[in-house]
Amino acid sequence: MLPSESKSGELPNEATSPTPPPLVLPEGLSVEDLVDCYQRIVLVRTIDERIWALNRQGKVPIAASCQGHEAAQLGSLLAAEKDAACFLFPYYRDLALKIAVGLTPAEVMCSFMGKVGDPYSNARQFPLQGADLSHRVIQVSNVVGAGMTQATGYALACKMMGDDTVTLVYFGDGSSSQGEAHEAMNFAGVHQLPLVFVCENNRYAISVPQSRQMAIDDIAARSAGYGFPGFVVDGMDLLLCFEATCKAIAHARTQGPVLLEMKVERFMPHTTDDDDRRYRPAEELEEARQRDPVVTLAALLVEQGTLSQHQVNDIKSQATKLVDEATATAENARLPDVSTISDWVYAP
Amino acid sequence: MAVKTVIEAVREAIQEEMRRDSSVFVMGEDVGRRGGVFLATQGLIEEFGESRVMDTPLAEASIVGISLGAAFRGMRPIPEIQFSDFMWPATNQLIGEAARVCYGTHGQLQAPLVVRIPYGGGIRGGLFHSQNVESFFFHTPGLKVVTPATPYDAKGLLKSSIRDNNPVVFLEHKKTYRLVRGEVPEDEYTVPIGTAEVKRRGDSLTVVSYGLMLHYCLEAAQLLAQEAVDVEVVDLRTLTPLDASTVLESVKKTGKLLVVHEDNITGGVGAEVAALAAEHAFDHLDGPIVRLCGPDVPTMPFAQNLEDAYMPNTSKIAEAMRKLALY
Amino acid sequence: MGAMNLECDNSASPCWRVRRRGTIGAWLKQPGDTVERYEPLVEVITDKVTMELPSPVGGSLRKVLAQEGETLPMGAPIAEMETDEDLPEMPPPTEPAVVADQSQSTEQPGTIGYLVKDVAPVAHGGGAGPAQTSIPDPETPGGGARLSPAVRRLLREHGLDPSRITGTGMGGRITREDVQNYLSSHPTAAAPASGDAANQDEEYLPLTPVRRMIADAMVRSASQIPHAWSTVEADVSGLVSLRADSRASFEKQEGFDLTYLPFFAKAVAEALEEYPTLNASWGGDKIILKKKINIGIAVAAPQGLVVPVIHDADKMSVAELARAAQDLTERARQNKLTLADVQRGTFTLNNTGALGSISSQPIINYPQAAILATEAIEKRAVVRGDAIVIRSMMNLCLSFDHRINDGAEAGSFLQAVKGKLEGLGPGAPLN
Repeated sequence: MLPSESKSGELPNEATSPTPPPLVLPEGLSVEDLVDCYQRIVLVRTIDERIWALNRQGKVPIAASCQGHEAAQLGSLLAAEKDAACFLFPYYRDLALKIAVGLTPAEVMCSFMGKVGDPYSNARQFPLQGADLSHRVIQVSNVVGAGMTQATGYALACKMMGDDTVTLVYFGDGSSSQGEAHEAMNFAGVHQLPLVFVCENNRYAISVPQSRQMAIDDIAARSAGYGFPGFVVDGMDLLLCFEATCKAIAHARTQGPVLLEMKVERFMPHTTDDDDRRYRPAEELEEARQRDPVVTLAALLVEQGTLSQHQVNDIKSQATKLVDEATATAENARLPDVSTISDWVYAP
Repeated sequence: MAVKTVIEAVREAIQEEMRRDSSVFVMGEDVGRRGGVFLATQGLIEEFGESRVMDTPLAEASIVGISLGAAFRGMRPIPEIQFSDFMWPATNQLIGEAARVCYGTHGQLQAPLVVRIPYGGGIRGGLFHSQNVESFFFHTPGLKVVTPATPYDAKGLLKSSIRDNNPVVFLEHKKTYRLVRGEVPEDEYTVPIGTAEVKRRGDSLTVVSYGLMLHYCLEAAQLLAQEAVDVEVVDLRTLTPLDASTVLESVKKTGKLLVVHEDNITGGVGAEVAALAAEHAFDHLDGPIVRLCGPDVPTMPFAQNLEDAYMPNTSKIAEAMRKLALY
Repeated sequence: MGAMNLECDNSASPCWRVRRRGTIGAWLKQPGDTVERYEPLVEVITDKVTMELPSPVGGSLRKVLAQEGETLPMGAPIAEMETDEDLPEMPPPTEPAVVADQSQSTEQPGTIGYLVKDVAPVAHGGGAGPAQTSIPDPETPGGGARLSPAVRRLLREHGLDPSRITGTGMGGRITREDVQNYLSSHPTAAAPASGDAANQDEEYLPLTPVRRMIADAMVRSASQIPHAWSTVEADVSGLVSLRADSRASFEKQEGFDLTYLPFFAKAVAEALEEYPTLNASWGGDKIILKKKINIGIAVAAPQGLVVPVIHDADKMSVAELARAAQDLTERARQNKLTLADVQRGTFTLNNTGALGSISSQPIINYPQAAILATEAIEKRAVVRGDAIVIRSMMNLCLSFDHRINDGAEAGSFLQAVKGKLEGLGPGAPLN
């Protein structure tokens, strides 16, 4: 169950060995947590699908789906929430993470429609991009890798100021090629910063497969070059992701950085403007979808007797209702006042 | 009053602000034991320790990116880019990220960092140790761009920059570091960002400049005074926000405008100053707006004669002043 | 960003339109099928993606308007549906207009953007070569140096004519300083123009150059010369008789009418010989006496007042003066005066009587010492001895520079002129 430390450079990949449903929950996780988590993952999926549909209807200009990444994002978020002293630097595909920290569906919908009510940038930026400080989240930009040095600086400042915050920075396999990914990990290693690097590796940088991005199988292997541990985790398994992140946070706080590579699947094209049929075999996608984390978690809860199928259905229809209401709210929400276009170019 | 060099003024400003505010810290290449390649941070590591005077790996993008992240947490970093020429790997963090932080979070986040950058030529630095980089930042809303020319202004403006809640690009002309001396008060003072200063009064024509070129302009104005031409010399001191009113007031008084900078002429600060005058002081102009700037070549070449040809200097400026005065 | 979208046509029977050009792939629902809101309805292939369009409303598909494989322009209807739902307002297309236009103007989807037009690389307009400035020489369209914005503004504000100002700038350009110097040396010229363009009760006549020059000369004289005035009355009954007697033969001989003017000029020239301080000008620290007696005569030419000069008038007979005056007047009216004709006058004679005036206060022709207005000759009842008689009378009105002459000299001069005129009578020689 536990992720393997990979300092040696030999990285046993947990994803390759089939995992039977856990009979015992990881330490610190209750059944209630799991039910709550299921409600959140269903809500996230419902929103994700709705946003895609709204894009096709011309109401949402752009969206990057997180379908297939939910277990990784929510598993690690759950760990951060349990820790209660984490700060998050997600990247653009972390829709589940950003929603699940506590945004209302209406806030999410306003953000995607570029309406007043967007908590991140008040409709200045792409959806859910900017900052959600009330939930301790920063994602300044779309430039992949740029957030990694910023998160490193944040962790450095936390250390300088003597607080016990652990910073989690999320990035994809594509970002890992950026020079700043190297610079961030190198600096974090030098200063042994309380920082967890979470790589959501879905094996595609838009259309470029991993084999064309790097000559290694596991990005986690790079941690050895920076003097801190790296782990590979099955990113489709929420419980494993939770557990691995818990350990990583603890390690980061006391010993220094950790690189967690979560092997995930991207179920949808890169964004609403992309068509993955041009570069991705249909069979590969079909196979990936067999491991849908939403379905997996529902099955687990039903199998464990925690939820009935009826309750599972209720959760879905409750989510649909919430998203319907949120969609209506956002559609009726105001656009930003044009007179505010020059607000906040500078801080006072 | 004590007479100091620009580099001493810079060092004093950093030192005093670090004493005043524990969130202020310095990071960059060789800023620690070495005291910076120009010795701007000399003595600081002894006083404040290596956690606040931090030597970094040779990686400019992360020097600024990490500073930016630390600023998010409430620190006030002063990253040093060793030479302006090495700035480019960090431009995404500065132009792409820091400048947009406040706007892109609708005021939730601020980026109070001061990126100190020694810049400029006339020192046989060739293509990669002489660059003028100001226009790139000047063009970027969200950044403040400060270009002091004297020790007094360097200290006062650096202190204001450190206390500012926005990303400030603090450009120190490296030829002024030890060449320019001036009085610096012992008592606490600041110079507000965004205010130009008339460094010499005159009625015949207005010369607008900043940085090293300011001193050449003042020398040239002295020469012209012997020819009964009273040149008014305006030191911009801050490029962003640009003090348009001081410039326009002077242009309206004299009717003639010469802008002098070392940076390439095309798309430079001079173009903006000229445009401002053309738009807002048109009816007062009594001659063409003239720019005396570096030519459009990629910084100054290494050979002495080519560097001389590139650089505006006192006699070139005096000649431009003369021609404009006679117009 | 954006893709092919469905747009609602808010009519009773909703009709769904594509919001970007695209090709219909496959219909996932058939007419009559029930469709959930957001349920995939149709597959559409655009230049960027192939995608399933979710139904914007729940209801049933009534009619398919676009067939599989059909490529549709933006806005084309693709289906009709029946629904009980309220129809949402649709936002405008989010694609830039150029892309939409391109979509409509080409047959096949292929690109996601195109050049608006062929654009050649633009060379830097800035500094070619080493640090230098290139101050352009002032352009001189139409012969006159171009005026800078500052000069234009000052001229406009003070109603000045640039032709009156000497340029000291490059190529003779009038500088802002030139205008300021002009204004300080011509205080009265500095009166701001009364230009209220919005005033409906006024109309503005543009100034001709001659009008400008007259105005300038008058202002200069009135502002710089302290004028004093004196008027005497002369009995010119004898002159009237003389002219009447000579007129016919003179005209026959000379070809033009004999006026009073040459008699006045003759009398003035002679009087000036006697009173040289009237034939003078103010020299600041001295009085400049003019050795020549050159009498200007004010002529109302079509373009305005001109003052051609009869040079050496003192050396001329009445007939010669008549010819000279006739020649100058004629040429003035034909606008054929030369520069020499209007220069070096030492005294000016203004025959205001020709216009019926009986009294004037003429303005001295700067920098002369005096000007004489000869008023209309009228028969008046005057007292001679104790009798009231009818005589031909006229007024002689003198304006003089009080810096040069006092009333005594001016009065003496006037009396001399008066005496000479009154001394004329039938039989007096014209030659």
